[in-house]
Amino acid sequence: MDPLRQSPSPSSSRASSPRTLPCEMLGYVGIEAVLDQLKIKAMKMGFEFNIMVVGQSGLGKSTMVNTLFKSKMCKSTMPGLGVPTPQTLQLQSVTHVIEESGVKLKLTVTDTPGFGDQINNDKCWDPILGYISEQYEKYLQEEILITRQRHIPDTRVHCCVYFVPPTGHCLRPLDIEFLQRLCRTVNVVPVIARADSLTIEEREAFRHRIQENLKTHGIEVYPQKCFDEDINDKILNSKIRERIPFAVVGADREHIVNGRCVLGRKTKWGIIEVENMAHCEFPLLRDLLIRSHLQDLKDITHNVHYENYRIFRLNESHVLPRGPGWVNLAPAPASVPAPAGPQASPGPPKVCWWAKDNSDEEC
Amino acid sequence: MAATDIARQVGEGCRTVPLAGHVGFDSLPDQLVNKSVSQGFCFNILCVGETGLGKSTLMDTLFNTKFEGEPATHTQPGVQLRSNTYDLQEGNVGLKLTIVSTVGFGDQINKEDSYKPIVEFIDAQFEAYLQEELKILRVLHNYHDSRIHACLYFIAPTGHSLKSLDLVTMKKLDSKVNIIPIIAKSDAISKSELTKFKIKITSELVSNGVQIYQFPTDDESVAEINGTMNAHLPFAVIGSTEELKIGNKMMKARQYPWGTVQVENEAHCDFVKLREMLIRINMEDLREQTHSRHYELYRRCKLEEMGFKDTDPDSKPFSLQETYEAKRNEFLGELQKKEEEMRQMFVQRVKEKEAELKEAEKELHEKFDRLKKLHQDEKKKLEDKKKLLDDEVNAFKQRKTAAELLQSQGSQAGGAQTLKRDKEKKKTREEKSVSDGTCTTPGKHPVVPCALVVCAV
Repeated sequence: MDPLRQSPSPSSSRASSPRTLPCEMLGYVGIEAVLDQLKIKAMKMGFEFNIMVVGQSGLGKSTMVNTLFKSKMCKSTMPGLGVPTPQTLQLQSVTHVIEESGVKLKLTVTDTPGFGDQINNDKCWDPILGYISEQYEKYLQEEILITRQRHIPDTRVHCCVYFVPPTGHCLRPLDIEFLQRLCRTVNVVPVIARADSLTIEEREAFRHRIQENLKTHGIEVYPQKCFDEDINDKILNSKIRERIPFAVVGADREHIVNGRCVLGRKTKWGIIEVENMAHCEFPLLRDLLIRSHLQDLKDITHNVHYENYRIFRLNESHVLPRGPGWVNLAPAPASVPAPAGPQASPGPPKVCWWAKDNSDEEC
Repeated sequence: MAATDIARQVGEGCRTVPLAGHVGFDSLPDQLVNKSVSQGFCFNILCVGETGLGKSTLMDTLFNTKFEGEPATHTQPGVQLRSNTYDLQEGNVGLKLTIVSTVGFGDQINKEDSYKPIVEFIDAQFEAYLQEELKILRVLHNYHDSRIHACLYFIAPTGHSLKSLDLVTMKKLDSKVNIIPIIAKSDAISKSELTKFKIKITSELVSNGVQIYQFPTDDESVAEINGTMNAHLPFAVIGSTEELKIGNKMMKARQYPWGTVQVENEAHCDFVKLREMLIRINMEDLREQTHSRHYELYRRCKLEEMGFKDTDPDSKPFSLQETYEAKRNEFLGELQKKEEEMRQMFVQRVKEKEAELKEAEKELHEKFDRLKKLHQDEKKKLEDKKKLLDDEVNAFKQRKTAAELLQSQGSQAGGAQTLKRDKEKKKTREEKSVSDGTCTTPGKHPVVPCALVVCAV
């Protein structure tokens, strides 16, 4: 998926692509072997993935992460009696290395306990935006060094899973505010948390209302329509977009159902199987995040969101017109409300494709 | 502003957590590969070697196709580089192959500067990439990478040793590109000579400190084969696009009266080894080395040259911002200075021109005055002359009337004939005096009164 191919960027490098002549090869040369070489190299280097879960407490974020990665990533937070809710939003980051079939994955999970828990939740998204920008800043600083490392450690947030409480009505103002701000800096995947409190019909209605809300407010969640490359991607992603937000249930306990050992929640009226598509849409979420679109999430973060941030930073106190090499990096402001600035309004310094796509699609 | 307290629980060498089931991220390499396939690959080869060593033929043989191009002549005045890009497709892998080859290398009499165009070309590709990377609005992932990934250096099959031109060129190129030396047209050397030749070449390269590309031996799956291949460098290759029937198969070969040399026969030449190493095993590594070693070196040198540093003398990390700011001010200052200079020059020129024009104007005025004066003088002269003439005419008239009076008195006394005769005499006398131009009566202007006289009479 090449998201930027759609942007009519004026400094497109396509102008410098040489005239190419198609050539027929008369026999087997062995160019395909480069795929194996790529695989070997990638497996040796290992992969990195950073995921952030955002939502009010009690929605099952930590449990969800544990279910997704089938291991005890985060301690399920169950505040005991008498433990006061944290007054400020604290982000907690945990890094683990997991391995499967020779593939090593360095997974970083960032949790946000205390989000939306206070009485006055104004600007509760600022620490989160600040954290995300901080990771971009770190990467940028590493990238512009003169002697830089061979492999810059990637701590940028690749995906943000937003947990919507299962009210059954529609998105709350807090949700809308947060999603509006976040969808411009990071890939956001909204999910309906604790979906076992809704019946199937309620779920569908809720989902439709949420989709409409997203459309009305111009919130583009992952997978973004404007980054669809070719027709195959479009078809695949449209199917996914129909089901967004997924109604998920998290569970990390195993129970025996019909002789099989499954992950599920046991209630008096039955066992909700997490991996059963008839019960909840957890498999869809897992497939999207891990099995099919993980690389795509990373690519979009690197090619689109990071580039946006970089352009914004390099333009900050830049008076001259754009020209190669003449950049002016002002120091990042100590407190980070600055990134909130250009995101509160879709300002012109942001790269063209947002403006372009917001204008020609009625989303 | 509420501080962002981020409690990071990262131990270096983070904890490996066991998985309780199949998660599914082992499809990650496949996802990565699919993405790369959809983007396509690009590979750039530079062929350096004297004219006639079989560079184009070898490329044709390597990629099993006929690339365009006519053979070069030996009469090039300098070394030039000819670059062509081709789109190859195998299975679902698309490769954008760029082949750059030197034209006229080693043909000149004075070969001191032969390596310069090559080095400049390689640097130009790095520079283009660096410029793209430094841009604010950049399209890096869609950028057609034109940096040279592999340089095949063709050594002439003399059998003795490397030529000094080869040594000098390789020394200049070894820090900029991955050099793979190959012995071209190796069917001109016998087996025993070949081993000695290879040993000589390797020892010369080592003693001169030329770093050629070593196939990587850190990954177990390819370490063994790469290790053995490293010992076979430089490869002795033969290129041929003709197919001959040998046994009952069609093979690429060259036919001589004394036998047939098969290109893909490992006993005959190292072509198969070259193809294995270059394409099937190490293509990705060549690209990575180019990007992470050679390009980074170039970038570092270039940025240091421009004056950027990572740490200042107090070894605090220099924020790139300050150096950029300083450089920008310097640049602006220079621009302003230049502008001032230009403005001053312009003002000066204008002044000079003005002075010139004033001079010219003054001259014109003087000339005008002079002419006017001349004109007036002449006018005055003419008027004086006219007055004189008028005076003479009046005098003449008076005398004429006086004479006529006298005559009329005389004729009354002497008769009409004498009067007429006198008149005629007078007339002839006057005419004569007029025609002679001699003035009998004083004050008579000879020319002017001619008309007057005729009218009066």
